[in-house]
Amino acid sequence: MQPLKGNQDFMNTIKTKIGRRAFIKNTSLAGGGLVLGFSWLNSCKPKEAGKMAAKGMPKEWFEINGYLKIGENGLVTIMSPNPEGGQNVKTSMPMIVADELDIDWNDVIIEQAPLNTDLYSRQFIGGSNAIRFGWNGLRMAGASARQMLREAAAQTWQVPVEEITTVAGVLHHQGSGKSSGYGEMASAAAQIPVPDEVELKEIKDFKIIGTSRKNVDGFKIATGQTLFGSDIYKEGMLTAMIVHPPAFGMKLKSIDDSGVRSMPGIKDVFTIKVLDDDFERQHFDTCTFLEVVAIVGNTTWEVMNAKKAITAEWEPFESYTEQKRFYGGSAAQTLNIPAGLESTTNHKAKMSEMAFNQGQTVRKDGNPEAAFKNAARVIERTYTAPFLAHNCMEPMNFFADVRNGKAALAGPLQKAELTEQALSARLGMPVEQIDIQLTRLGGGYGRRSYAHWAIEAALISQKMNAPVKLIYTREDDMTGGIYRPMYQVIYKAALDEKNKLTAIHINAGGIPESPLYANRFPAGAVDNYLAESWTINTNITIGSFRAPRSNFMASAEQSFLDELSEAVGKDPIDFRLELLEKAGQNPVGENNEYDAERYAGVLKLVKEKSNWGSNENGLSRGVSAYFCHNSYAAQVLDMKWENDKPIIEKVTCAIDCGIVINPDAATNLCEGGIVDGIGNAWYGELPFKDGLPEKSNFDRYQMIRMSEAPREIDVHFVQNDIDPTGLGEPTFPPIFAALANALYKATGKRYYHQPFNSREPV
Amino acid sequence: MAKFSLNINGKTQEVDVDPNTPMLWVLRDHLKLVGTKYGCGISQCGSCTIHLSGIAVRACMLTVSAVGNQEVTTIEGLSENGDHPVQKAWLEVDVPQCGYCQAGQIMTAAALLEKNPNPSDSEIEMAMNGNICRCGTYVRIKKAVKMAANSES
Repeated sequence: MQPLKGNQDFMNTIKTKIGRRAFIKNTSLAGGGLVLGFSWLNSCKPKEAGKMAAKGMPKEWFEINGYLKIGENGLVTIMSPNPEGGQNVKTSMPMIVADELDIDWNDVIIEQAPLNTDLYSRQFIGGSNAIRFGWNGLRMAGASARQMLREAAAQTWQVPVEEITTVAGVLHHQGSGKSSGYGEMASAAAQIPVPDEVELKEIKDFKIIGTSRKNVDGFKIATGQTLFGSDIYKEGMLTAMIVHPPAFGMKLKSIDDSGVRSMPGIKDVFTIKVLDDDFERQHFDTCTFLEVVAIVGNTTWEVMNAKKAITAEWEPFESYTEQKRFYGGSAAQTLNIPAGLESTTNHKAKMSEMAFNQGQTVRKDGNPEAAFKNAARVIERTYTAPFLAHNCMEPMNFFADVRNGKAALAGPLQKAELTEQALSARLGMPVEQIDIQLTRLGGGYGRRSYAHWAIEAALISQKMNAPVKLIYTREDDMTGGIYRPMYQVIYKAALDEKNKLTAIHINAGGIPESPLYANRFPAGAVDNYLAESWTINTNITIGSFRAPRSNFMASAEQSFLDELSEAVGKDPIDFRLELLEKAGQNPVGENNEYDAERYAGVLKLVKEKSNWGSNENGLSRGVSAYFCHNSYAAQVLDMKWENDKPIIEKVTCAIDCGIVINPDAATNLCEGGIVDGIGNAWYGELPFKDGLPEKSNFDRYQMIRMSEAPREIDVHFVQNDIDPTGLGEPTFPPIFAALANALYKATGKRYYHQPFNSREPV
Repeated sequence: MAKFSLNINGKTQEVDVDPNTPMLWVLRDHLKLVGTKYGCGISQCGSCTIHLSGIAVRACMLTVSAVGNQEVTTIEGLSENGDHPVQKAWLEVDVPQCGYCQAGQIMTAAALLEKNPNPSDSEIEMAMNGNICRCGTYVRIKKAVKMAANSES
């Protein structure tokens, strides 16, 4: 595959303005190693460092900038700014720093940075953006440190700085024959002013970026060492659990804790109000149950028993409003939360009714009305998907120690900076008094962006005046809201008498959010195009779920295109490529989000790598491709149908995410997106009856298991020099349709409604 | 409350707990062996897998009173230096994503290979199907189990 577009704007010299505060040393705080916010939770112990790095622990560290410190023996500690939840950023982000610093990877130890909004920006998991937005800042952190080391060497040796070169942690001056390890020069480098401009490496000179490096936490994971929020145990710590209403639309009426308070190990039982009534919520301040019962005791089992013994009365709530400021929005909106105990059957009926209504027009090109009127043939198909629970393997949990006007907090957070703001408002405590340590997330997928449980933990700790670890049971977690919304989309296509596609009409909506991306493919490739959107209110709370909205739209769109290609008698890949050629050469409309050439690139690559067109071994093949989160993914799924189930032999995946930092880890993430997608497409579903989630644990909520995963996944990256983009989400959405399209080949039936396992009548 | 003398990872450990306490919480809350994870509490996800007399069991539904003097092995005691063939294979294949379920996966795999040193693909699937990984690392888990089997045989 030849490189596609190179980045024309790439400049080798870059101003160090991004994340600049991280590069300005705070000399007034000189001294101890904690100046730059190194972690109290996960600080590297000498013994562990001995295993992690070739060199022993240094006697002294010299802080060069907020991302790194260098020991006198040349060992380098690199801070990983973003939380780690399986994307492997704790390895790949420091790799970027290390490459620009020009250090041997064996001489690097890595620490998880705590939340520090002064030093770092966007310490988020979300939108597959860690590497994309971290890229420049991480490179500058390494490059500016290298520059300061060179300056220090130039001053020490009295030679021009331009003549000083580096190789893997060693400074050289050819003229004088002098050389020195980074460690020996670190003390002097720490005194050098941070450069205003630094030179970044040429892409061809990368030594670490683009090479596979093992997960830096791999050994700890394989040996069961402390890593996760739920693993925290502190002296004097109490354990807390909550009881929340059993059904959506219900609130607490009263509790009878008389028998519970005297149970062994129980310290207290009380109710907490999670958010204040007048709190202006930001995007991620979604909270399903505004008042919950807290039970606090010594050990988990004791608290679990008390939780079962509590008698609570619940009552339906009246409809109410919330003020919420959505991400990127300027003004707060008033949200109406309807009263009522909702059921999936009603949800489906309401969505069906929407098929007869016109939605709000979001995009219109050409004259779709005329095109449909003049069509020789119209094909219309309806696709639906249910609510989904995230089901992170680590149930929600958080550690809080809120005493004496200060809060020391730790746990798995996707958006710690925003959680801190909500905590500050609820506790009435300035953010300066709140310290948040980031633990490894036992899965996130969007769920841990909505950290109402962090507020719950903090309030419980404040009330108890003691350190507390809050943990949710699996049932609390699965029935606590923040689900992938329910969606429906109707795709309609007009074909003329020559079987040419003349118009597309998309009518998309959901409960309570529309999945529509009006400016994505096939917008731009069709002369007459209409995209409409609608929503239906609910009191069931929703949240981001791995590739929000895309995870449904890709499924519907790519299934529909498959059916269209069949209707016009074309190969499904060729059909898509023809549309993309038009979108590239003569695009319709102006706001098309995608690059048609890169989109076509992954389809061509997957066609080649999957030997598309051959039909070896009689397997049924389905293809799908999608653009989201700034990356492009195409997949071919090969399966056979046995005992009323798909046996997936192989998935071939082509992806264009620009420069790949850590190829084997990137491959792992792509494999995960594919397996997760197949599982959710086949099984994923959380139905409701009278406000009650009908599944609360893995006995009824089926998750994909090993025997159902593809037997082989073959991942290929497009090689190019484009700045890196996201990888956590882009392989997830298209696989739903690759499965649906292969299932059609295998069974002769189209799969319009998720989960495919349930096969509703069409 | 009752006193129990347990044989965990080759050491005798005394605990004073409710006899119905699941081993999962004895290990985590009382002995601070946090490698064994809570995932579902009903033996459906496998995150809490430990060995009881060499057999893979779910610690979330195994009461402390049922253990007696049987040998309990947790992920922390699977090997002294993290060099059990299954652990080595896990590192070599670089299996984990989020990592939360992996201790349970490793414990199930180690028990399988103890009993069946050279399992077929379907035998691996049958043994490992009780362990859920939402990140979707199954392809790598299977590869690592096979690698460990080959290194042992």
